[in-house]
Amino acid sequence: MIRRLLTHLLRLVFIVLAIAVLNFALLKSLPGDLADVVATESGAASSEQVAELRERFGLGRSVPAQLASYVGGVLRGDLGMSFRFGEPVAQLVLGRLPATITLVGLALPISVLLGMGLGMLSARRPNGLVDAALSLLSTLGYSAPMFWTALMLIVAFGVKQPWFPVGGIRNVTAGYTGLRDLVDVLWHLVLPTATLSIYYVAIYARLYRASLIEQLAEDYIRTARAKGAREGRVMFGHALRNATLPVLTMLGLQSSAVLGGSIVIETVFAWPGLGQLSFEAVRSRDVQLLLGVLLLSGILVVLTNLLVDLLQTRLDPRIRHRSLGASS
Amino acid sequence: MKKTHTDTAATNGRGLDRRTFIELTGALLGSTVLGGVPHAAHALDKALPNTIDGAVKGGTLDALIHPEPPTLASFINTSTPGRAVFSKIFDGLLDYGPDLAPRPQLAESWETSKDGLVWTLHLRKNVFWHDGTPFTSADVKFSADVIWKKYAPTARRVLRHLASAEAPDEHTIVLTLTQSTPVLINALDAVAAPVLPKHLYEGTDVPNNPHNNAPIGTGPFVFKEWVRGSHIALERFDKYWQPGRPFLNKLTWKIITDVAGRANALETGVVQYGERNPVTFADADRFKTSDKLIVSTEGYNGFSGTLWLIPNWRDPILSNFKVRAAILHAIDRQLLTKTVWGGYAVPATGPVSSLLKPFYEPATPQYAFDKKKAEALLDEAGFPKKADGWRFKLTHDFIPFGDDYRRTGEFVRQALRAVGIDVELRSLDLATWTKNVFTDYNFQLVSSWGINWQDPQLGIEQHFWSKAESKGTPWFNASGYASQEVDALFEDAQGQTDADKRIADYKQVQKIVQRDLARLDLFEFRWFGVWDKRLRNVTDTFDHSQNNFAHVWWDQTA
Repeated sequence: MIRRLLTHLLRLVFIVLAIAVLNFALLKSLPGDLADVVATESGAASSEQVAELRERFGLGRSVPAQLASYVGGVLRGDLGMSFRFGEPVAQLVLGRLPATITLVGLALPISVLLGMGLGMLSARRPNGLVDAALSLLSTLGYSAPMFWTALMLIVAFGVKQPWFPVGGIRNVTAGYTGLRDLVDVLWHLVLPTATLSIYYVAIYARLYRASLIEQLAEDYIRTARAKGAREGRVMFGHALRNATLPVLTMLGLQSSAVLGGSIVIETVFAWPGLGQLSFEAVRSRDVQLLLGVLLLSGILVVLTNLLVDLLQTRLDPRIRHRSLGASS
Repeated sequence: MKKTHTDTAATNGRGLDRRTFIELTGALLGSTVLGGVPHAAHALDKALPNTIDGAVKGGTLDALIHPEPPTLASFINTSTPGRAVFSKIFDGLLDYGPDLAPRPQLAESWETSKDGLVWTLHLRKNVFWHDGTPFTSADVKFSADVIWKKYAPTARRVLRHLASAEAPDEHTIVLTLTQSTPVLINALDAVAAPVLPKHLYEGTDVPNNPHNNAPIGTGPFVFKEWVRGSHIALERFDKYWQPGRPFLNKLTWKIITDVAGRANALETGVVQYGERNPVTFADADRFKTSDKLIVSTEGYNGFSGTLWLIPNWRDPILSNFKVRAAILHAIDRQLLTKTVWGGYAVPATGPVSSLLKPFYEPATPQYAFDKKKAEALLDEAGFPKKADGWRFKLTHDFIPFGDDYRRTGEFVRQALRAVGIDVELRSLDLATWTKNVFTDYNFQLVSSWGINWQDPQLGIEQHFWSKAESKGTPWFNASGYASQEVDALFEDAQGQTDADKRIADYKQVQKIVQRDLARLDLFEFRWFGVWDKRLRNVTDTFDHSQNNFAHVWWDQTA
C-alpha cells in the first residue's frame, strides 16, 4: 500500500516537471509574447514601454534562464505572477477551481449513477424493447455536440420558458448569503450539469451495458444462479461489482477530459471556472498562468487516478494480489 | 424601486425580479405570471432624450462586459473593457460630451497661456477619494510626475514636452511645457491622463500595487469586488462631489464571453445594458423589434473608428500605387458593410471617421467599386492574368478579434480573387499576428481596425507619421509609408496653437494619405449598444464605455 502511494507520488513529481518543461518549451517556440499582446490590447504603448513590459515580465532573459527560474519557483511552491492579470497565479487558479470542481463533481457522480441504472435496465434483456429505446437515447446523448445541447437547453428552459438562469454561478446582484445563496447556486447549476450529464450518462450507460452483458454470461453467474440466487442478488451482489471495474478505469481516464472539456460548458454558461482561464492564458501567451493551470490539472488527474486505483483494489482484491506478486 | 411588480414590465433582473420570483414560487406558476399583456411590437432604435428632469435615485444596473478586462489598471493597460470599469471608479480632469467638447470633471476650469506653454487647471473642491482622503493638487502633481511620465500610454505620448507640474495651492495645478501641446485639451479624460491617489501609490512599485485591481478612485462608483470570470461589482459612492449623484445604487459588470449567452442575458433581462456590439447583428435586428430593448448607435463619436487594410509598402507588388487602387476598386464596400457587418458600418472615405466631425474631411480622392477599372489598373501595373488565371499571390492576415473580422477577410479574398489576385487568408493568434505585423513587418496585406479617439493626434498620427515608425510597437506605422508632406503637417499640428489651422493640417493629411493610398480604409464602424428602454442618459457621452454613469437613471414611467 505504502509502496503504491510512493510510486504515485514519484510519478506525480515526474509529471509535474514534465508538464512544466514541455509546455514551457512549446509556448516559447511560438512567435510573439505576452508583451506583444498587452501592448496590442492597450493600443497606445510606445517602444520604450514595450521594452519595459518585456523587462517587467522577465522576458528579457534567455529561455533556459526563464525555465530554470520557473522550475525553481515551482519546486519551492511558488507558481509565479500572471503579469497580464496582475495577480499571483496560485490566487487566480485557486479562485477558479471551486467552480470547476463543483460542476464536474456534481455531473460525474450523477452520470455514473444514472449510467449504471440505465446500463442495468439494458443488460437485463439485451436487444429487448427497453434496450433498444435506451440505446437510441444514449446514441443521441453522446453524438450531440455539447455546445449544441447546452444552447438548446438554454433556449428551451432559460429563454422560452425561463425557469432556469441562462448563465453565471449565482445571482450576483441579489447578494444572497447562507442557505439562500446555496439554493441560488444549485439553481444555476441545473442547466450546465444537465448538459454535461446528458453526454456522460450516455457513455456510462453504454459502458455498463456492455460490461454487464459480458459479466452476466460468465460461469460464476451461472453458478450463482444454479445455487438459487435471485436476479437481484445476481445483479447487485455479483455482476455489478465486476462490471464496475472498466467503468472506473474510464472514469480515471476521463477526469482529465472533463476538466478540459468543461471549457465549452464554461463559455456557453458564463461559468467562472478553470477552462475559461486556461483559454485566456493560451490566447494571451500568459505562460506562467497556463503552466499553473496545467500543473494543477495534472495534479488533479494524478490524484484521481490514485483514487481510482485504490477503489479498484477494494472492488477486486485480485488486483492487489497481482500487483503485490509482481512487485515482490 | 419597484420591488413587487411581477408583470412583464418589471422583469429585468433588478430587485425581486422574475427569476427570483419563480425560484421562490415554483416553475409552474411562473408561466402564468409571465403571460402578461402582449404589447404591440414597435422598433426601438432611438434612445430616449438625454435629460435629468424627473430623475429618481435608486436602482441597480447589471451591464455586460466583454471580454473580461485583463486588469483594472487602465493607467497601464488601456484595454477597452478595462476602461469601461476604470472610468466609473476614477473621474478624470475633464470629460467629453457627444459633441467631443471638453466638460469639467475634476478640473472646474482651465486656462492656457498665449504661447500654449503654460496650462493652469483649477481643481474642484470637496472631492474625496473612496477611502475618505481629500483629493488635492498633490494627487495631480504626483500623477503627472510619475503616472503620466512613466506609465499611462496616451499621456506619455502626448506629454512628451511636459517640463514640470507644480501645485501652487491645494486646488491649482500648473503644467509647464517646453513646446506647445494643443492636443492636451482633448486628452485629459480619466484614461488618457489618469489621476491616482498619491497616498496609495507614492513610493510603491506602481505596476504591482495591490490597489491596481481593487482601485480607490474619485469617481461616482466604489469598487466592491471582482470575481474573475464572473463579475465586477461597484457601488454608489456616498461622498461623490456632485450632490445627488450618482443616481444608481449599484453597478455590476457581468462577464459573459459567449455571444449567444450575452443575447440570452439581455433578452431575459439578467443584464440591462451592453455596448460596443454586444450581440450578433442578427440578434440586434431582432431586439430592435422588441418593446423592451433599445438598439442604438448613438454615443460613440469619440470611439469612432475604421476598419482598414494595411498594405506593406516594402512589398514589391503593394508598393505600386495602381495595385493599391485596384484593390480598393475591386471591393464592393457597400455590400461588405451590409452583409458582413449587418448594416452597422458605412463605407469610409479616408482614415478619419465622419463621426469625428471637427476633424473630418469629406473631399478626399475616392476609389469606388469598379471591377473593370480594377482589372485595367492591374494590367497597367504590369500584372496581367497568367495562364492559370491569376495575376499574383497575396497573403492577408486578419486580426483575430472574432468572426466578423474573419468574414471580412473572406469577403476581401473573394473580391480580390474576382479580379485575378490569388489571396491566401491566414488566421493567426493575436501574439503571432502582432509580432508579424508590428515587429517583423512580415506581411503583405493585413486587416485590422483602429479608433480615432477625440483627436487625430491620438488615433491617426501614429499610423502615418514616418517618424512614428517604431519596430516592435503595436499600432505604430507598420506599412512603411513615409511622406515628407504628411510628416510636416503632423509636426505642425503637434504644436499649432491656432485651433483652426490645426484642423486644416489634419484635413490636408487626410487628402494626401487618401491620394497616396497609404492605407486602405474600408469602412467606418457604427457601434451599437443594447439597453433597457427605461435606462436614461446612457448616450450623453463621447464614448459609451467611458462615461462615468453618474447621470444614468431608471425611468419607471417610460
